[in-house]
Parts: sequence; structure tokens; C-alpha cells
Amino acid sequence: MNWISNVVRPKIRNFLARRDTPENMWIKCPESGQLVFYKDVEANQFVIPVSDYHMRIGAETRLRMLFDGGEYEDVALPEVATDPLRFRDQRRYADRLKDARTKTGLQDAIKVATGTLEGLPVTAAVQDFDFMGGSLGMAAGEAVIAGLETAVKNETPFIMFAASGGARMQEGILSLMQLPRTTVAVQMLREIKQPYIVVLTNPTTGGVTASYAMLGDVHIAEPGALIGFAGPRVIEQTIREKLPEGFQRAEYLRDHGMVDMVVHRHELRGVIASLCRVLTKAPAADKTLTQLIANLPAPAEA
Amino acid sequence: MRTYLDFEKPVAELEAKVEELRAMQSGENPVAIEEDISRLETKAAVALRDLYSSLTPWQKTQVARHPQRPHCLDYVAGLITDFVSLQGDRKFGDDDAVVGGFGRFRGASVCVIGQEKGSTTEGRLKHNFGMAKPEGYRKAVRLMEMADRFSIPVIALVDTAGAYPGIGAEERGQAEAIARSTDACLNLSVPNVAVILGEGGSGGAIAIATASRVLMLEHAIYSVISPEGAASILWHDSTKAQEAATNMKITAEDLAKYNIIDQIITEPIGGAHRNPPAAIVSTGEAIANALAEFDGLSPAAIRQQRRQKFLAIGRNIG
Repeated sequence: MNWISNVVRPKIRNFLARRDTPENMWIKCPESGQLVFYKDVEANQFVIPVSDYHMRIGAETRLRMLFDGGEYEDVALPEVATDPLRFRDQRRYADRLKDARTKTGLQDAIKVATGTLEGLPVTAAVQDFDFMGGSLGMAAGEAVIAGLETAVKNETPFIMFAASGGARMQEGILSLMQLPRTTVAVQMLREIKQPYIVVLTNPTTGGVTASYAMLGDVHIAEPGALIGFAGPRVIEQTIREKLPEGFQRAEYLRDHGMVDMVVHRHELRGVIASLCRVLTKAPAADKTLTQLIANLPAPAEA
Repeated sequence: MRTYLDFEKPVAELEAKVEELRAMQSGENPVAIEEDISRLETKAAVALRDLYSSLTPWQKTQVARHPQRPHCLDYVAGLITDFVSLQGDRKFGDDDAVVGGFGRFRGASVCVIGQEKGSTTEGRLKHNFGMAKPEGYRKAVRLMEMADRFSIPVIALVDTAGAYPGIGAEERGQAEAIARSTDACLNLSVPNVAVILGEGGSGGAIAIATASRVLMLEHAIYSVISPEGAASILWHDSTKAQEAATNMKITAEDLAKYNIIDQIITEPIGGAHRNPPAAIVSTGEAIANALAEFDGLSPAAIRQQRRQKFLAIGRNIG
């Protein structure tokens, strides 16, 4: 290893990997199997037309979709110790981290930004599933804390887009400690009486749901998102039964009282904006929350 | 009958021999073998001490799960007087995996919340092997809020493989219940002391172990996932549990280095299951000392200390 392989190569790989998907590419809907033109999906906020399947989206795209004019300012995130346990499974954790950084262009799984949403200053954090399954380790924990602290300092609402397979096992107990740590930060936001809105995206499970993702004032879920504590495979293995249809999906959680609403990505921005305005007693923007809610699909019959 | 773990075989053999000789001695034709017996006993004791002074993380995992290891209710019986067990989360039901109530610890009122694994087949089924459902965590929240209202400190006895993964548990919001319980711990204006008695299994443990002071028994383990779980997820091979146990740093000694726990409670030689009363006495001593550190502190200072303690975790690792 030398500086060329350490510095230059990842940068080149970074450049190559991050090149936009070719515009003429077709992609397959994971749900219906239909083939769709990538450009059409992109223009549709990464929702597959017809099937309405909500694709996973990266942190930057998500932030651009949220903030006015797609403009936001990154919040600097604290540096944390890399690979504190010197962990190695089939591969070294340090190598896995390096690969994830190259693949996503992110330092770790969570990105935090500030900007305005329909004119209202807000702070938002996005968990990127492409970065090691959005797993919660020390860096992601510090990012959530930094995000909430920024919201406290600027006295703004905090919007959390969660997506995660759970704790980052390669950081062992230090990843588990992010559950109470992030909860401390949620409490700080509560104390200054600013709203905390969680958007649960596909998938959000494990330690993330067992902490900050289930402690919001309002829980919104994207359609079809898998949300739960234990993963479906673990449950199936434990109880040795097939799981019911729709189990742990966004709509199931709404029907069982764990999320307030399931919102189509097209409506998401408007719903969040209205909620933030109403909860902070800011004057109404042009659209009202009542109208938006009226447009939502009716809840399933119990 | 004592249950021996696989790695205790050399000790088991020696102790079996001692038993054999004793039987001969007390039989119909007693023979003068007192000297042999005491020689063997010493040998067995030395072997046991040596073995337990250098247990591997995987061996500790087995000790932590030893069926004869004292469990939550043993500690309650040994340390708490006037204990009144309270049931139910007032929302859905009760959960016997989480035992909770109020009583006296060295004369002073305390709230006790703990996970009970059960010590007999019947008990294990009743307590669901210590794997709590949402009701258990919601009962814990209810009791913590009550303790806070009456300014009564909380003792949390942690011993669980993890929160129960099942359809009903998910349906009723297992994740939310755990998150709220951690939240409730952090809201307490009274000190809470958590003791990891055996297994501190992930979210199921942290839900009650987010404490002003976290103590851990010498051979207990505390981890984000069971060694078996990590092996199957990270190695795609459940037989790699030993390796996972080592790499994850789950022993009290390791966790003290990372400042995850505040104190290690020394176990009797050969583990808590060899001498439960002694383990319970040392644990009581450690809890009393930990609680005493908060004497005279204001509610705000108590909350602040707990928050700062958790925020500081991981920040000084180079």
C-alpha cells in the first residue's frame, strides 16, 4: 500500500462509481417486475409509475427533494474513532468502511443539513441505506446527535428520514450505546418544544426503530416500507411459521397504531411542511394540512 | 446435581473422584483415605480457580447462561425485603419476563425492575426465558414513572438474551416499547443502578440498563447481538460464534475498558452458580455503594449526570 493506492485509487473509483446512471437505462420494478425507463422514475421522485413502488433514494437526493429549491447547507459532523474494536469477520471492518465510502461518497450512513421548507427553517437528517445498510454505529449516532443539537441551537423542527438494518455489529456494544445516546438528544429537542418528525422509509428495523426512529412527535411512513424491531427472517426462524401478508409494512404499522400516516412520496414534502408550520404555530402556507390529509388514501378496513 | 459446562470437564472429573472417595469412606467399610480426599479437593479447587481466571469470551457466554446461575428473582429474594411485585402495563397485559415492584433495600425504599429467565422448565416457560414483549417494557416504564414520582431509586437487574422476536410483539410495537423504556430511564430524577447479571442482550437490555451506574458481574456478557446471531449474519456460519464472541468484546473486562460499565462485581471462584449467596451479597454491596454516590444530589444533577455519561461514551476512544 502506498499513497497512490490509498488516496488516488479510491478517488478514481469514487468518480467512476458515482457517475450518474445512464439516461437510457431501464430498470425493473422489484414489486411488479415491469421494466421502466430510468429517466421516468427519476422524474417521478424515484417512485415507479403504475406500481407506485417507492425506491430507496440516497441521502443527497432526499435532501434536494425536501428543501426549497433543492438547496441546503451541510452540517459538519464530528469525527469518530474508526474501527474501535479492530473488528474482523470475513473481511476487515476497516475495509468494508472504505468500500462503503467509495460507493456512496458519504463519510458514514447519515447526512445532516439545514435549509428552509416552504420558507420555514428546518434541520433534517437522512440515513442512507446504501452505506452498510444504513447501520447505526458511532458515526451515525454522532450525526443524529449533531442534527438534533443543530435543531436545538437554531430552534428549528427536526426531520429524520430513517432507513436502516439496525445496529452496526462491527462496532459491538458501542453501536448499542447509540440507542441511549440518540435518545438523550431527542429529549433535548423536546425540552425546547420543537417538533420532531420521523419519516420511516424502506427498510427501518432493529436498533434504529428501538430508539430515535420511534420517538418522534409524528411518525410518517412511506408506502410499503418495511418497519419493525426484529427482521422478518429472525421472527420466522423463532416462531417457525409463515408471516402474515403485509406484516411489518408501513400500512400494517399504521393500522396497529405505530405510525400516524402512510404518505406517498409526492405528498411527503407538503405534509411535513404543513405539520412543521402547525406545530410551531407559524402562519399557514398556501396548502393546508387538512387538504393534504383528505387526499391520502383511506386506511384499510380492519 | 451440579451441571458442568463442557470446558469444566477436568474439574468435573476431579470432583467426581472426590465424591467417589467420600462414598467409599462413609460406606460400610470405611477406609482411611482422608488425606487422598483433601489432596484431590485441593487439586480440584486449583483447577477451578485457574480455569475461571482466564475464561475466553465464549466460555463466559456459557457461564452467563448457566442454568444454575442465580437469576433476577434470586437476587430479589436475597436483597429486597417487603417486596411487592406489581403486574401489568395498564395498556394490554402483563409480561412475566419482566419482574417489577417495590420493596426495601437495606431498609430504604427501592423500585426493582428485572428480567427473569426462570430456573425450572416450568419457570422458564412462564417467564418466556427472560425475553420480554412490549408489555414488559411498558410495565417497566410505568414503574419507573411511579418511582420517579415517589423519589424512589431504581435497581434494574438485567438478564436477557434479547427482546422477544414474535408476531404479537411486533404487532404491539416492540421497537417503540424499548425506545420508550430507554427514554424513561433517561428521564428519571432519581438514581438508577443497572446490574448485568448474566446476559445483557442488545435493545432488550439497554431498555432498562440506561442507568446512572452500570455494574456487571465478572462472567456476565453484554452485547449488541448474541455471538450466534453475529456469526450467522456476519460470517454466514453459525458455528463461528466463538470467533464472534471474541471479536465483539462482550466481557466485563473489555466493557470496563471502553467505559461502557462502571464496575465489575467479582464472582465466587467457579462462577456465581457455585455460590449464589456469595454472588448476591457482593452484588448487594456494589449496588449500595453505587446508590450512595448519589446521596444529596439534586434531581436535575442526577438527570444531567446520566445524560453526560452516555453522551461521553465513545468520544474518548483514540
